[in-house]
Amino acid sequence: MKNIFLFIQRNFTFLSFLLLEIACIVLLSNSSKTHQVFFSAASNEITGKFDKQYNNWRYYFSLKETNAQLVAENARLRNLLPSNFQAFDNSKKTMIDSTVRDSLGKIRKYTLFPAKVIGNTVTLQTNYLTLERGSLQGVKKGMAVIGSDGIVGVVVLVSDNNARVMSLLHRNSRVSAMLKKDNIAGSIEWDGTDPNFLLLKNIPKSAKVAKGDSVLTSTYSANFPSHLLVGTINSVVADATSNFYTLKVKTATNFFSIQYVYLVENLRYAEQTAIESTPEKN
Amino acid sequence: MSDLIKNIVRFILFIFFQVFILNEVPPLHQFIVPYIYFLFILWLPFNINRFFLLIIAFAFGTTLDYFTGIGGLHAAPCVLIAYLRPFLLNLLIPQDTTENSYIEPSIKSMGWAPYSLYIAILTFMHHFLLVLIEWLQFGNFVYFIGKVAGTTAVSLLLIFITEMLFFRKAKFRTNAA
Repeated sequence: MKNIFLFIQRNFTFLSFLLLEIACIVLLSNSSKTHQVFFSAASNEITGKFDKQYNNWRYYFSLKETNAQLVAENARLRNLLPSNFQAFDNSKKTMIDSTVRDSLGKIRKYTLFPAKVIGNTVTLQTNYLTLERGSLQGVKKGMAVIGSDGIVGVVVLVSDNNARVMSLLHRNSRVSAMLKKDNIAGSIEWDGTDPNFLLLKNIPKSAKVAKGDSVLTSTYSANFPSHLLVGTINSVVADATSNFYTLKVKTATNFFSIQYVYLVENLRYAEQTAIESTPEKN
Repeated sequence: MSDLIKNIVRFILFIFFQVFILNEVPPLHQFIVPYIYFLFILWLPFNINRFFLLIIAFAFGTTLDYFTGIGGLHAAPCVLIAYLRPFLLNLLIPQDTTENSYIEPSIKSMGWAPYSLYIAILTFMHHFLLVLIEWLQFGNFVYFIGKVAGTTAVSLLLIFITEMLFFRKAKFRTNAA
């Protein structure tokens, strides 16, 4: 017993070094295994405050670009207004019904609400965004995040007033996507090289792909609505040893200047993920 | 200004500089990521307790991890260089003179060649472990070699510029202190 104490006393620094390194590795394995951010909601609030202060200054420099993006989006949406369309000369007036349950028996599946981006990185291998909207304002884990031009990421951590989003520019990010032309689905990943480009994998070589084709979110995703723009194909890497293409996709979203995003809530998210994760019983 | 307050201010400044300036720099290449925050650990005083040195390094690395999102990624290399630091200093400086008369490592207190070697070795060790951790999660061998070389070169350049810009007066330790 005495010898053990002597040993600990003599190697105290080395043992504390080992202990701290082990603590680091445990933290690391936890955070990368579950694809989650490791910290508690409380520390998220604190770093969120600093991020917000910083964004107050930084936001000023991208006002012009943000304005242009919002105006472009407004113009696109205004073009969809019913008042732009003139009915043929029948005397009835068309009414657009905006209630949750409309007369044709359709029900609402997705609701969108806006959020301000207060923290964002693109330079690391694991990039996250911080949003100024949290559980008190209705954000839930697993909600999809889209920008005005294309999709952005998925919510991974929520605190009272802030939320952390795993950006598409994260080495563990996987989003189901498809080609607009023939609806063949693959998966969108990031290889960490260039924040302007994503990779679309698992597209069979029977698909006809060309440079400039649009890539949309697929119909299989639980959090993303289908047919949202992900990006356009920039180049096709044909691997002779495989039956699948690897496509380099230019992101539709400009991750460098993103200031506002929309959170998408799938009202049937819980139901869909529950049935997908239920083991089959025979 | 007392050493304690000076180092607390440095702690905060290094974290903010890394998170809000260097991490926002548009990426030139996958391999080139500017890191300078660990200079805080290299600048800590000579006579600090080795156990406290490890604890401070762990706290420092974890603080940066809170901002960047992955737990332990920066804490692990920080603890490693804090552990290696006393051994390296013992090798590089004449024991009796420098450590007793100066407070912290700098060009003036150690001399050009030993100080550069000290910085270069610990910078390399830091990036080696940092990129190794990333490589174990994803990436290939070329990524590993390239990124260690790239980040080390950029960090050394940044540290060189920092030493030129912020010339630290190497204070003699007086009997009163």
